Amino acid sequence: MSHINLNQIDNMQFDVLREIGNIGAGNATTALSQMINSKIDMKVPKVDLLEFKELSDIVGGAENIVVGILFTLEGQIDGMMMFMMDLSAARHLVNLLMGTTTDSQTTDFSDMELSALNEIGNIIAGAYLSSLSSLTNMLITSSVPYMSIDMSGAILSVPAIEFGKIGDKALLIETEFGDDIKAVNGYFILIPTLESYGAILSSLGL
Amino acid sequence: MDNMIKVGMADLNICVTPDAITTLGLGSCVGIVLYDPRKKIAGLVHVMLPDSTKIINNENKAKFADTGIDLLIKKMCDIGANSNSLIAKIAGGAQMFAFGSNSEMMRIGERNVEATKIKLKQLGIRIMAEDTGANYGRTIEFYPETGELHIKSVGKERKIL
Repeated sequence: MSHINLNQIDNMQFDVLREIGNIGAGNATTALSQMINSKIDMKVPKVDLLEFKELSDIVGGAENIVVGILFTLEGQIDGMMMFMMDLSAARHLVNLLMGTTTDSQTTDFSDMELSALNEIGNIIAGAYLSSLSSLTNMLITSSVPYMSIDMSGAILSVPAIEFGKIGDKALLIETEFGDDIKAVNGYFILIPTLESYGAILSSLGL
Repeated sequence: MDNMIKVGMADLNICVTPDAITTLGLGSCVGIVLYDPRKKIAGLVHVMLPDSTKIINNENKAKFADTGIDLLIKKMCDIGANSNSLIAKIAGGAQMFAFGSNSEMMRIGERNVEATKIKLKQLGIRIMAEDTGANYGRTIEFYPETGELHIKSVGKERKIL
């Protein structure tokens, strides 16, 4: 099995990981786009090796309030997957799905709306993971969605702590998506464990 | 107040009045403020994990409650703080996601708080105030001039400890 050393990742490995983000997020974006019947684009995925103190800056600063939906991954790939978006994006999605017209500044969600958001997270993460699973031919199972609406730094502390157990940096594959009017933008973040990076790269012949 | 010194995740820093010190978006991590009230010197460490001895890769001392507190005290004493007059204020250690009750991840915030308290007790440093646990993130700011710890959370009033 390939081993990945966080301090010496070569360009080839970066390219492969970026491609994983591309394929996974591509499927997830399509699923989201079909769900709300509107065009959604994604940016080129970024594979970032970040120190913990830089981690929370990736989604607009540590105090930026976001909806984070987290899945823990098991099977042949261990780790976490996170779907993050800001509050107005979450409100917009809920409105589209439930046919409501609540003002996008309204940040209180009813139980029903929270449940809808969880389900959105479920479908999107499912699309991401199933494409990753067929690409690598590995079994990946995910937990139920766990949701938190809070400061991005606080939410990202959870995967960061898992990485903290093995090193001083976090390697993550993040893909930003959005529509033309910037109403639904957010991030998919895939955070496999270090061993799982090795497994992913091996499965693709590296 | 002059400057607001920022401390990141797994990071620490010190500050002397009239400056203030802050860390943003504490989740399951714990922010530990140590303070020498006479010299008005403060230090803040943002720890992620309870125990450095359980982890092989433990070079970054600020990442752990045990080694982070030791290093912070050393840095504060280097600029003139008296280790016998230090007091502590702590915040964070939340459980951000409602994981299943058997999950190791669920208790990490709680364990960070426990480890912090044990370490401070061993060192004989009194905890003057704490805002820990629950399920929400916190931004904290400490002002050595007044000794006040300000805590901001989403949808809540600013707390002053």
